[in-house]
Amino acid sequence: MTTTYLFLALAGMVLVTFGIRLSFLVFGHRMHFPVWLERALRYVPAAVLTALIVPMALAPQGAVDVSLHNAYLPGAIVAAAVAFFSGHPLAAIISGFVAYGAWRFLL
Amino acid sequence: MMVGAAPFGVIFGTLAVGSGIPMWATVALSVFVFAGSSQFIAVSMLSGGVALPVLWLTTFVVNLRHALYSATLLPYARHLPARWRWPLAFFLTDETFAVVENQLRHYTGELDGARYWMGSSLAMYLNWLIWTVVGVAVGQSVPGLATLGLDFAMVATFAAIVAPQLRSRPVLVAALVAGLVAMLARELPFKSGLLLAAAAGVAAGVMAETLANQNNGNSGDADTAGIDDSASFKEPF
Repeated sequence: MTTTYLFLALAGMVLVTFGIRLSFLVFGHRMHFPVWLERALRYVPAAVLTALIVPMALAPQGAVDVSLHNAYLPGAIVAAAVAFFSGHPLAAIISGFVAYGAWRFLL
Repeated sequence: MMVGAAPFGVIFGTLAVGSGIPMWATVALSVFVFAGSSQFIAVSMLSGGVALPVLWLTTFVVNLRHALYSATLLPYARHLPARWRWPLAFFLTDETFAVVENQLRHYTGELDGARYWMGSSLAMYLNWLIWTVVGVAVGQSVPGLATLGLDFAMVATFAAIVAPQLRSRPVLVAALVAGLVAMLARELPFKSGLLLAAAAGVAAGVMAETLANQNNGNSGDADTAGIDDSASFKEPF
């Protein structure tokens, strides 16, 4: 991670994000937000976040690992289950961490 | 809402520093990008040595929902001068949208609504910055946090955000397909499998929604009831 790389990464992210936010508020007097895009956008957060965590939980070292040594999997399952049933993200994160830590400690 | 953002700000700061991202870049992400989920995703991608176009494209996809907020709030900003609209656009996030959209219709004065909007934007912004800095301080003072399983914090955080949305059947389909494709495509260079997986997941979600509507005799979006507009876009940042 060189400074140039990070600087370019940041600059690009700022341009993209600010550009999106400016779109309608500043330039959008005659634009319309397409309905199909609005529908598709509903699925973006769930799709992206799941795509990020599934490989981390199932294959933390690159190869698929569903053995007892993989503490990520039980931790992720507990976090997801608590969030699903309670709706409290912070409680879910803490429970997930406890499960992950306990698993690593015990096995 | 501000209390809800606090733990995520701290986790973000700690995680970024723990993943080897310099302090200045971590704080700069919160100061200039100011978009919770894409900041988290950027940390995981940057520490994996992602190709920059993939990072930018992912940021675009993840933050594109802000264009919808931008469009929804336009009627309340149409009459404002540019020196109001530019900063209001910069500060536009999920939380601000959720809070402000409800309130703005009660304001009638020329600038009253804009003042309320700007005020809550600034409050959310400062709140996010403060908690990021706290997280950076934690990350700095506890060296070797990453080896203590801090990378698991990312998994737990994302799982906690996604899981409640899975109550909606089409979102569940989107997540399952995205997860499957991400597994199959995880060896692709520059983490480009992520974009492929996201695209496949979104397409599957839209298809599942369409199918569900057809089965219900086009009676509307019965199966999407779980994701009304305010709930689906909102993240707890």
